[in-house]
Amino acid sequence: MGDVIKAGSWVQIYQVILPAGKRAPQVPEDTKKVPLELKAKGFLQEDANLGDTVEIKTVTNRILKGELIEVNPSYEHKFGKMIPELLQIGPQIRKIIRDKEV
Amino acid sequence: MAANDYGEVMGRKNEIMKKAVGIDYERFATGKIGFDYERMMSEVGYKLDEIIKIQSETAVGKTPFIELKNITKLARKLAPEGKGARIFLKDEAANPSGSYKARRASVSVYHAEKEGYPGVVAATSGNYGAAVASQAVMRNLETIIVQEVFDSRGVGQPEILEKGRKCEAYGAEVLQLSVGPELFYTFLRVLEDTGFFNASLYTPFGIAGVEPLGYEIVKELKERENKEPDAVIITHAGGGNLTGTARGILKSGAKDTKIIAASVDLSGLHMASDHDFNRKSFTTGHTGFGVPFATWPDRADVPRNAARALRYMDEYVTVKQGEVFYITEALAQIEGMERGPAGNTSLAAAFDLAQKMNEDQIIVVQETEYTGAGKHPMAQLNFAKENGIDVRNGHPEQEKAGKSVIIPEHPSQIKTRDVDLDQLKLSYLTKVVKDTNVKEINQIDLKFLADEINKSKKATEKILKEEFNLAVVGG
Repeated sequence: MGDVIKAGSWVQIYQVILPAGKRAPQVPEDTKKVPLELKAKGFLQEDANLGDTVEIKTVTNRILKGELIEVNPSYEHKFGKMIPELLQIGPQIRKIIRDKEV
Repeated sequence: MAANDYGEVMGRKNEIMKKAVGIDYERFATGKIGFDYERMMSEVGYKLDEIIKIQSETAVGKTPFIELKNITKLARKLAPEGKGARIFLKDEAANPSGSYKARRASVSVYHAEKEGYPGVVAATSGNYGAAVASQAVMRNLETIIVQEVFDSRGVGQPEILEKGRKCEAYGAEVLQLSVGPELFYTFLRVLEDTGFFNASLYTPFGIAGVEPLGYEIVKELKERENKEPDAVIITHAGGGNLTGTARGILKSGAKDTKIIAASVDLSGLHMASDHDFNRKSFTTGHTGFGVPFATWPDRADVPRNAARALRYMDEYVTVKQGEVFYITEALAQIEGMERGPAGNTSLAAAFDLAQKMNEDQIIVVQETEYTGAGKHPMAQLNFAKENGIDVRNGHPEQEKAGKSVIIPEHPSQIKTRDVDLDQLKLSYLTKVVKDTNVKEINQIDLKFLADEINKSKKATEKILKEEFNLAVVGG
């Protein structure tokens, strides 16, 4: 295991809420085959390692228990690469509204 | 731990909900099948002037009302001579949390504070979470948001990840779940655990909170142009945006304004499917919510949904994902406003509908939403490509949800498609007849059903007789 993660660190935990066999009857077959999972963030209550079962205190002061999966969990969503399929739109419509002819 | 079994928690649903919303829905029941919708709205909710006051306390509403001159110009270049209505836009992104949902959250959060709840909980993957969190911090309440975010590979929808980040930015606890309707189970357990208020999207508070939006549109247009809007077009998902706006328009006295719903066409994708979850580029404003919520509003997290879109809808149209991305880009490129994308669903539809209306008419697009990383055409289209979706320029008519996103080659290819409202109304009635198993109904029920489907009692009675062999008794 890596370095010990100190109590008080901002972390993310993971839980299985409903295992694959215990999903609600109305869910489609592909969803039934996988568990219902949860991720939550909060302050680690005691020193631990990644993969340990730990307790966290959330920002609303609730204690939740789960597998420790990340420290200072990141936001990875972004804009990404330019989409060439959108590039023509601006020049095209500016030309239409500025020209006399369509 | 047995008491927290899925079945057992679901079995306690009504009891948990009663505590968490403080509404006894039973007392509005009428006849054999119906309930008194207007009485529920007036007794539980707040009056329009009270709501305007509540919202002014937390900077909600009175958003800019903008004429989209260049988009109107573009529509007129493509329209027949004399056609091309003026397109106006209510810039709801100017609300504190970046969308009209601040209106919807404001009254619930006010009510929760007034009733002494220590916090609020909402089950939402949309802008509503950020709206609840933003309103709640202003009133010093705690917030917990329960979101459906990622599939079984652990891959999150970028738009929902962004909305989760925004909730956290306002100090909310966010519970991120994988795909599945059992989110409701987690939601119920949180309500039980915390004793917080259920800031449901579908209580009278949530719906009445939107009424000032419709009211403002009519009032501002009358002041500026001395006329009422000919049409107001509303992005439609769960029905609350449409219901609240339409009620506000009616309360302003505008009786002839046409109420048009618009959704992104996601037909063919299953909303509870782990596989389909990350194959859509829109997480709201789509037919996956729009159709089921119109035909059966009481599928919501409260026993009687205050959002009842079929009562107010005059027309319902769909547009394709690629068309909404095109118009989102157009809004930035010729109007200088970067917004959306999901909130621009109604703008894409308005762009086509305006071309069929006369030049002296006005169509109002009643919302925008904030944009940013994850919640942007670029983010969504990169994500679509990563998930094997064919993204290309072409004719949007060929787009197939879950397989392709087709960005129009020319703005003239943006076309709305009509949803058969009579079919939706029939499917609503089918559900009522099947669920209640009634063999005959009385006059109160008939009035209720006629209001529900926005038809006359006579027309409703005829459908009930012909389609379901259901008799109406009593004079």
